[in-house]
Amino acid sequence: MMKRLLRLTNPTFVRTLSNSLRGFCLLCAVLCGGLGIAWGALFAPADYLQGESVRIIYLHVPSAILSSVLYGAMGVSSAVFLITRLPAFALLCQAIAPIGLLYTALCIATGSIWGKLSWGAWWVWDARLTSLLVLFFLYVGYFALNDAFNERARARIATSVLVLVGAIDLPIIKFSVEWWYSLHQPASLLRRGGSTIHPDILQPLLLSILGASFFAAWATFMTYDNISLSMRLRRLESTNSS
Amino acid sequence: MKGRIHKRMIRRLAAIAMLLTCASLGVFFILSALRENIVFFLVPSDIAPIKASEDELEGKGNGESLVGRRIRLGGLVVEGSLMQDATSGEVSFTLTDGQARVAVSYRGLLPDLFREGQGVVAIGEITSRAPDKRGRATFRAERVLAKHDEYYMPRGLEKSLKKRSLWREQP
Repeated sequence: MMKRLLRLTNPTFVRTLSNSLRGFCLLCAVLCGGLGIAWGALFAPADYLQGESVRIIYLHVPSAILSSVLYGAMGVSSAVFLITRLPAFALLCQAIAPIGLLYTALCIATGSIWGKLSWGAWWVWDARLTSLLVLFFLYVGYFALNDAFNERARARIATSVLVLVGAIDLPIIKFSVEWWYSLHQPASLLRRGGSTIHPDILQPLLLSILGASFFAAWATFMTYDNISLSMRLRRLESTNSS
Repeated sequence: MKGRIHKRMIRRLAAIAMLLTCASLGVFFILSALRENIVFFLVPSDIAPIKASEDELEGKGNGESLVGRRIRLGGLVVEGSLMQDATSGEVSFTLTDGQARVAVSYRGLLPDLFREGQGVVAIGEITSRAPDKRGRATFRAERVLAKHDEYYMPRGLEKSLKKRSLWREQP
């Protein structure tokens, strides 16, 4: 297994993979995301209760899902890093972090607007909103902790532990709307008994979730490349100067 | 050599599992201790009218009286209970959770989503837990938030569903 993991993290292999999949991911992101959002914004029906403001769903739900999914991916790669100590997995975690932070910020911003329109409040301290704010600070804390060490090896271990422990927030976010009375609605998509969204609204929503996922994949390839290249550059500089 | 690496990885895996278990347990205990503070709102049965005189009333939780404390009260607006005075902007409606009822008075604008039969959260204070003429506790709201459920459907569809009596009433 270790051998297979080693082959997976081989820089040449990663670069080939990244080069061949990057374009495809970007294309799918533009196609699915563009189509989904345009469909949702222009052609999908207004909601029977919320009217036109329901269209924020096509931004809010994809960013909300990805904020958690990307953190989950960071958690998995942190765990693999802590077990195997293969730096590539710490780098992967570092590559995902800015994208996860972006989606979390987008989720809070769009949710805030939606909240103002439907509930009548920009922000409330209910369990869902609070647990998502905790996720936001976990992302921010990751960056802060990552910069707090001079030694890279130490930073990687410390941030991995932070990410791993922070992953406890993920089930809390998911089930916050079931465990406690909240102002936020319960789950519409991933729930027992299937989705409660009418197909006319669901189809563009699924498409925009797909688009956002492809965008996240593309952006991760880009940031991973960026990180590994800048590391190589630093290594070259240090060998040159010595 | 290979065996030693394997052993070390298994030890690390066990350490991670321990760490996560302990941290989850800690979080679980904290959250269950804070349960009453995490719920966003109380429901009408939590503040149901009590026949005793007001001074004897002890609220839930820390034994403090709920009266006069700022709380959030959530429930469904009873059909036909909404009364609005256009000149003064004074609004009153009844909230229910299916068991108890609370009369809410409020002055101000209601959110767009505010509808009879719909869920709302009123922020304010209980003025009295003694039952009024219709057996309700009374509540003075300074703010009213609308709640919506997880169902989404095109506008107009709910009318045809209602006509075919397929309409699912909100719980």
